[in-house]
Amino acid sequence: MINVLFFAQVRELLGQSKLAVEASESTVTAAGLRAQLAEKDDKWAKVLAADKLLVAVNQTISSWDTPVEDGDEVAFFPPVTGG
Amino acid sequence: MATELNAVRVQTEDFSVSDEYALIAGDNSDGAVVTFVGKVRDFNDGSTVSDLTLEHYPGMTEAVLNQIALEARERWPLNNVTIIHRVGTMALGEQIVFIGVTSAHRKAAFAACEFLIDFLKTKAPFWKLEAGDKGANWVEAKDADDQAANMWEKQ
Repeated sequence: MINVLFFAQVRELLGQSKLAVEASESTVTAAGLRAQLAEKDDKWAKVLAADKLLVAVNQTISSWDTPVEDGDEVAFFPPVTGG
Repeated sequence: MATELNAVRVQTEDFSVSDEYALIAGDNSDGAVVTFVGKVRDFNDGSTVSDLTLEHYPGMTEAVLNQIALEARERWPLNNVTIIHRVGTMALGEQIVFIGVTSAHRKAAFAACEFLIDFLKTKAPFWKLEAGDKGANWVEAKDADDQAANMWEKQ
């Protein structure tokens, strides 16, 4: 399984902070996983279509073509605003 | 030497600047101690702010803070580095973040402290939810913060 996490507005808009997703041919990259999740319904499609959405694969901010494998942790979140 | 001297903490409780100062300022080979404290202020983008809630990504946050502390050490000769960031809900005027840097000379300490807060703001996974006269709103990332961090990339 891929351990998917959501933070900040993304978490709030989706109404959940995590989700386990079965690894498949359509989830071999971060972009693929994003596209698969966006197919759930209109709300997911809209939230995951955000221009500035960021992805971290195994706790490192990554590009959308980063490979994703079974057992990975993938987090989706907006640009960071700490400090 | 000294990577073990990085102190990185993410915590809900407040911190004492004088206690943190005492922890890093005791080495007589350091001629300079620079500290920065970020606080909850009462306005943002034209709205009145009453309190702030900080969310973070546990695990990744600590890793990123350690990484930027190491990067600062590669750029400047530093002795002690402390980074503390609070999470949870903070009232107006409360302290959010502490950066403390010691070095033999002030230029390195000033530069490293500014670098650390610029990088923390653009790379560490924290998010601010503001409550105020316009309800609760997630703070938008600012281009100016990205530009500040990018300045260091060019050097």
